[in-house]
Amino acid sequence: MTIVAPSLEIAVLVLGVLVVLFETFADQVDKRTFAYTAMLGLATVFVASFFLPTSATETADTGFWSFYTADPLAIFFKRFALVTTILVLAMMIDYAPVVRESIHGTTRQSGLGEFFALPIFTCAGLMWMASAIDFVMIFVSLELVTVSFYVLVSFTRRNPASLEAGIKYLILSALSTGFLVYGITWIFGVTGETNLARVSTALANPAIESGPALFAMLLVLVALGFKIAAVPFQIWVPDVYQGAPTPVTAFLSVGSKAAGFVVLLRVLQPFLVMPRMERLLVVVAAATLIYGNLAALPQTNLKRLLAYSSIAHAGYLLIGVVCLNGEAVVYYLVAYLLMTLLSFAVLVVVSRQTGDNIEDFNGLAKRSPFLAFAMLIAMASLAGLPFTVGFLGKFYIFNAAIAHHQTTLIVVGVITVACGFYYYFKVVRAMYWEAPRGDVAVPVSGISRFAMSAMIAAIVFFGIYPQPIVNALRP
Amino acid sequence: MILLFVVLFPIVAALAILLGAPARRTALWSAGILLGATLLLSFRFEGDTPGGYEMVTSFSMSSDWNINFTLGVDGLSLMMLLLTALVTLAAVWFTGEIAEHRNAFYACLLFVSAGAMGAFASLDLFFFYAFHELALIPTFLLIGIWGTGDREVAAWKITIYLATGSFILLLGLIMLYRAVPETARSFDFRVLQKSAILIPAKAQGNIFLLLLLGFGILVSLFPFHTWAPQAYASAPAPAAMLHAGVLKKFGLYGLLRLALPLLPAGAQQYNTLLIYLLLGNIIYVGLVTIAQKRLDWMLGYSSVMHMGYIFLGIASGTLVGTTGAAVLIFAHGISIALLFALAGEVRQRTGTLVLADLGGLGKLMPLAGFAFGLAAFASIGLPGFSNFAGEVMVLFGTFRNGANPERFTIYQWATVLALWGVVISAVYMLRAYRAVFMGSMGESLSTITDLRRSLRVPIGLLVAITIWFGFFPQTFVKLVKPTFQSYFAAKQ
Repeated sequence: MTIVAPSLEIAVLVLGVLVVLFETFADQVDKRTFAYTAMLGLATVFVASFFLPTSATETADTGFWSFYTADPLAIFFKRFALVTTILVLAMMIDYAPVVRESIHGTTRQSGLGEFFALPIFTCAGLMWMASAIDFVMIFVSLELVTVSFYVLVSFTRRNPASLEAGIKYLILSALSTGFLVYGITWIFGVTGETNLARVSTALANPAIESGPALFAMLLVLVALGFKIAAVPFQIWVPDVYQGAPTPVTAFLSVGSKAAGFVVLLRVLQPFLVMPRMERLLVVVAAATLIYGNLAALPQTNLKRLLAYSSIAHAGYLLIGVVCLNGEAVVYYLVAYLLMTLLSFAVLVVVSRQTGDNIEDFNGLAKRSPFLAFAMLIAMASLAGLPFTVGFLGKFYIFNAAIAHHQTTLIVVGVITVACGFYYYFKVVRAMYWEAPRGDVAVPVSGISRFAMSAMIAAIVFFGIYPQPIVNALRP
Repeated sequence: MILLFVVLFPIVAALAILLGAPARRTALWSAGILLGATLLLSFRFEGDTPGGYEMVTSFSMSSDWNINFTLGVDGLSLMMLLLTALVTLAAVWFTGEIAEHRNAFYACLLFVSAGAMGAFASLDLFFFYAFHELALIPTFLLIGIWGTGDREVAAWKITIYLATGSFILLLGLIMLYRAVPETARSFDFRVLQKSAILIPAKAQGNIFLLLLLGFGILVSLFPFHTWAPQAYASAPAPAAMLHAGVLKKFGLYGLLRLALPLLPAGAQQYNTLLIYLLLGNIIYVGLVTIAQKRLDWMLGYSSVMHMGYIFLGIASGTLVGTTGAAVLIFAHGISIALLFALAGEVRQRTGTLVLADLGGLGKLMPLAGFAFGLAAFASIGLPGFSNFAGEVMVLFGTFRNGANPERFTIYQWATVLALWGVVISAVYMLRAYRAVFMGSMGESLSTITDLRRSLRVPIGLLVAITIWFGFFPQTFVKLVKPTFQSYFAAKQ
């Protein structure tokens, strides 16, 4: 039996529906079973994605295949979304007690089932978005992702911070959606098309007015800038990241951002021939790098620090986008996935015992050497030390920048990389130098320990041997 | 295979210690084995292929980037490996009682050593760079956890400086990689050496400037030197030994290995700038060294100052001068390691390194005093020590570049000024020696004991080596000269 590409998303959707359906009627069962089942199901889909026919690039001008592509980039990001969701679910299992405390439902477990089911729908949306090559499809899948995030961000609803985060995310996200739709209508108005390839050919026609086209693109960029947390659309990030339940923050910072970048890569392609567009993006990238890194310097809360660091990494990714180097962007995103999820995984476990300030990590090396080591690897990779995947990511990005002679971005990059060392090593310093608060070891569940070990191994492996990822992107 | 062993063995040993092997015993044994293996390596080394590398092993890491994990040695890298193994053994041996995290301390030391070993044995730009950075976190932790004084500031300073320097270096290396036509691109030193003639002079200049800046920050070239004295003053003695003696030399090795042979036109463009900066190292930092009131700061500044001579050799543009720079790298590594080790012992016994509070220790610690005296003499550059051989070659080499009896060029002026540096270093070294070991001792110091007997072995080893190469510098010169001969042969 051959599997065609859309069946992956459909399988994930069905899985999500089944989980919601069964958990309603299974009150006596430990709800965490559903999370395990979902992880298993997603893993199966992940494995199935390797059995897709390799030449699945149908080029029909109309019908389904003008909305949907199954090129290597799309397949790669479907896998990316699946891995992210599996790891986030593993974190959510550890986070379950916190959800339980803050919901006060009719039963002890109320709310947990939905908590585990929603990420599956988000995952389906992310996978759909990776394949979207039509503005309509991009919009629909983006909404599927965003709507499930509305719920997830404010899930621990007794916690005011979480509610505040939910409101902020809702309002700003709705606003950005408005920009997106408005932009799409302008594009449709100018070119008469919504399919990206046909928009691109229409734009190449010299009879087209470039002013309105540029304006339309600006509107779309505003919306996508919100998704990837680029300056000046980053204002929501610190508060929402801090307030949201930690696994959701991790999901938001990896899944949502990665999807934004895939769409950006696809959407920008026809527009980047205009030099004004490139200059604009250089400014945005430089501003994002500077803001993210400088604002991260004084942070004392680790979740907030990671929020600013996620803005900073959006800046590095934007360098790759400016140079239109898909390979560099994808590699960096993989690096970003591994190191960000690893740091959030440690954060979930540690913050349950003490808290999510950097101080709460004091002396972690003495209490729980494994967790401290995992965090050390994550921070080393985020800072970009060699033999970690983060280094190779920066290597790819700056290689692209040098190839494109983006001197401004390179100079800004030197400064921001140095800043990065300071704030990431601040966490290392807390874990290894400071005296511990109490000497109770932090309990780690088996599945977290396994997930963390796998991520550490992947960070080091892909940091030395990048070839598998590069190969996966080629047809 | 043996090369692969010396690169990976320290990492394995460090991991074993982290996992709970008896710290000191494992570290000492593995440092000993490391030295043994490196010696074996140098016996196997034939050295009859000028400019060629021996014992090359290679594993492909990325086919479309052409990144390979390639190891190989020539005379120059063999010398660096020997230096690393020697100083590692001495540093582990000199490690005294560690109050907390004993295992982590020894593991960090071995990681620093592994970074140096890997960087010096790599024939691939990527791993050459990556191994050096491997040492960054251990250094940060070594100073931060086990340091003294203002350790926090020192640890931040060294980390930020080194990270920035490395990143600038990385940009330079990527530019170097991209400077040749696409089909000729490679990270392999051997391929680069052949294809480097394709790089246009202007690009050479830009790349050389980036490399000079990057490597210069790593080697504390004036005015990027301020991290070094502070870090070495705060670092525990073994960490200072390893960093000042070995790891810092990575930048010099990089200039000798990459910048000189690959970018001759770039080197020519920026030689004048380099000479001005290195005179800053020799004269300005030299005078600053005289003004120091603490032994550890003085040693830190003196190590910055002596980098100036090695830079002078690199800038000299003659075979003699360049070879002298390589010999001086080794000589300085040994002597500064010995000085930091002894300073650490003094601090452990007296609890202070303020020169004014010390005195008369020569009576109580005759062995330490004797060893310190020898190391100080070596460091000044007295004949009979290996530093002398290196400095003389550097100064002769520089003086001979474009020598014209009618008129001095910048090289002759630089030589004359650098010679004054010898006087400066004599002043501060002898003053420090007098302040610590001569004169009368304070009441509180009268119960101090001499070095442990077991420490005679590493001291004897280091002193014997520096004297041996002082009297027979030819053994070394023969080893490293073929490397440089090929540089200058290609130029003509």
